[in-house]
Amino acid sequence: MQADVSPTGPPLVELRGISKRYGELLANDGIDLRIEPGEIHALLGENGAGKSTLVKILYGVIEPTAGEILWEGRPVSIASPVEARALGIGMVFQHFSLFDELTVAENIAVALSSDWSLATVRSRLGDISRAYGLALEPDRAVWTLSAGERQRIEIVRCLLQNPRLLILDEPTSVLTPQEAEHLFVTLDKLSADGCSILYISHKLEEVRRLCRRATILRGGRVVGAIDPRERSAREIAALMVGNEVGEVRTGTAHAPKGEMLRVTNLTLPPAGLHGQALHGIDLVAHAGEIVGIAGVAGNGQSELFAALSGERPTESADTIAIDGRPCGTAGVDARRRLGAAFVPEERLGHAAAPTHRLSENTLISHAAAEVSRSGFILVNAARRLAGAIVKSFDVRTPEGDPQARKLSGGNLQKFVIGREIIRRPRLLIVDQPTWGVDAGAARLIRQALVDLAREGSAVVVISQDLDELFEVADRMAVIHHGRLSALRPISEWTKEAVGLEMLGVSQSQGAAHAV
Amino acid sequence: MTTFEAILLTIVTASTPLLIAALGELVTERSGVLNLGVEGMMAMGAACSFAAAVTFDSTLLGVAAGILAGALMAALFALVVLGFAANQVGSGLALTILGLGLAGLIGAPFVGARRDPVPPVDIPVLSDLPVVGRLFFEQDLFVYASIALTIFVAYYLNRTRSGLMLRSIGENHGSAHGLGLPVWRVRFLAILFGGACSGLAGAYLALVYTRFWSPGMTAGRGWIALALVVFAAWRPGWALIGAYIFGAATVLQLHAQAAQFGVPSQVLSAVPYVATILALLLLSIRRGRAIGAPGSLGLPFVPDR
Repeated sequence: MQADVSPTGPPLVELRGISKRYGELLANDGIDLRIEPGEIHALLGENGAGKSTLVKILYGVIEPTAGEILWEGRPVSIASPVEARALGIGMVFQHFSLFDELTVAENIAVALSSDWSLATVRSRLGDISRAYGLALEPDRAVWTLSAGERQRIEIVRCLLQNPRLLILDEPTSVLTPQEAEHLFVTLDKLSADGCSILYISHKLEEVRRLCRRATILRGGRVVGAIDPRERSAREIAALMVGNEVGEVRTGTAHAPKGEMLRVTNLTLPPAGLHGQALHGIDLVAHAGEIVGIAGVAGNGQSELFAALSGERPTESADTIAIDGRPCGTAGVDARRRLGAAFVPEERLGHAAAPTHRLSENTLISHAAAEVSRSGFILVNAARRLAGAIVKSFDVRTPEGDPQARKLSGGNLQKFVIGREIIRRPRLLIVDQPTWGVDAGAARLIRQALVDLAREGSAVVVISQDLDELFEVADRMAVIHHGRLSALRPISEWTKEAVGLEMLGVSQSQGAAHAV
Repeated sequence: MTTFEAILLTIVTASTPLLIAALGELVTERSGVLNLGVEGMMAMGAACSFAAAVTFDSTLLGVAAGILAGALMAALFALVVLGFAANQVGSGLALTILGLGLAGLIGAPFVGARRDPVPPVDIPVLSDLPVVGRLFFEQDLFVYASIALTIFVAYYLNRTRSGLMLRSIGENHGSAHGLGLPVWRVRFLAILFGGACSGLAGAYLALVYTRFWSPGMTAGRGWIALALVVFAAWRPGWALIGAYIFGAATVLQLHAQAAQFGVPSQVLSAVPYVATILALLLLSIRRGRAIGAPGSLGLPFVPDR
């Protein structure tokens, strides 16, 4: 259990009036935060609320513009992560700070001070693994490991330094529900041992499961310090987002009509060094329905998307049929002409060219349509189209026709999805539609996907966000190690069942092995 | 001394500068920096070492001047690509052009001068062994130094903490910075080491290999050293093998041309390049997994702070 939060001694760490300015943008604005010894303290907020900036300041990666940090009551300045670690602060990054080509032991040793030899790391690795149930093989190369295992490396790396404060930045975003529960048990144990934990998340349920105190950030400011167990999820969400978040209106699914997409026995070797092969994937999407593909990152989602969109054509045309026409060997543009549209995961650099203006970015998927003629760009038509997308999808832009990179993540994602939906595709395939997008934008995007399906298009949503899939999908399958589970109606899935499929355990075996 | 022994000796002499320059560039690239200026730094090393050696009549001072010249050129490169985060490919090409030009200027007064051969290290008894005696135990100091350097670099990269740090930074400079590793400092030192090695290789060319200075005497060896690093998959041991295969092929094709086989000389001249590529290709296939360059190679590093 957590140590009692009693205000007798000084807090372990106290932030006073921390501000960080990037040019015009105030990423942190006078933030106060107290963390008591042994508590699990949540830092809640939407993407862009300033959570990551704040913890990077605490970990010495970023210098604050103003404000002071008190460690056990003494003012300290933390100029680098090395100094943070010397104080006893450890951090598990959201995007892992690991080196793919190095082994587990090397990855750990490189972050420790020089009196740690590789041999010492190996032996202590065993101790820590046993104490906290974090199994790791020291000589495996990191690129061969799953996301859960990679996170364990990060955690073990921190624990080896006997931290007094452990910072975790969105730790469950890459984990299966079972792996996440396993992590929570480890964290409870650490907290009981007297280690303070600063837990950053935008998932309310896990914060309520773990924490007694939560600080909520919005727009770089503290907007509330609460006990998450005493407030409803809706109340907390309102604090985080600023106004009430509506739910997506799903409407009633029509009886599915014609087959818009049929994938038959799709098998592909891995594309790159660390790629994932696809094995015998079968998939059907009908007009009027949303098909969800769940799975933990790196299980073949990007490969599946590349095969469906035509970025990586298959050997036989018959493996993929759009609107009844075989097109496995066809390229992206040919598939667009069949009525399909695609939104890849990576917004900047894949779905949009960062230094091109929004109007120029319309050409990426509209080249065949109204914005060019005989090889020439119709500049005014492109501008009008960009304007129409900006207007109907509520894209907030800093100026009239800005470069794509100047938009925030959420706004660019609205633009990219809007660009495809405005073409009224009869089949839309989208990978991670709301990854790293604030709640307001996410809701708008999900609503747009649902509306498109209700108007009679087929939509395939590949996502790692289970809540999102349960909200919008009509049928769902789980991808694991390049194999797709059976496609079943959403009402027949439970989170537990999805979690087991994500781990590659079929349901009958799973009951015995459930974590 | 038989012709066979003489050929073996020339092979060693032809391979040594390639090996030294390749090792330097290998360390630079493992830290994530691509320096295409090897040819220019080598030319500067050759010109400065020769000028110093003739002026002070000292091989030792010549070598020191060569190393210093290479390191200074590298420091200039480091200032541009680390300090201003400029494009590494462009900066490296500029460095080569600058180095070749500057070397011509510095070397101009010394065209026509000659240096005496550097006496080899004679290890008694062992050097009298038949065939292998002179090959292994009566080489000049540079040859032994280059072998020692290979072992040192391999040991440093794979067995020391500092080498692990350097590899981590080359693999992913963002993560390395997040962990508090000194990305700039390590890269600066790695670039300097690469420059010093290129300078030393140039000094070897001018003081041992040709013993005179002429403009353009590096003759593309810097580019070959760069290619060796790639073919050697960023591994010092393979760089040694590659350098010697290339050196051997260079020497043997000369002898083949002299023997007048019925093959056009241009084809024979191409043999070293083809042989090196083939040999290292076979090595990398045997390793079972494709070879990846350091993850951050050639990318500018700008931390958010």
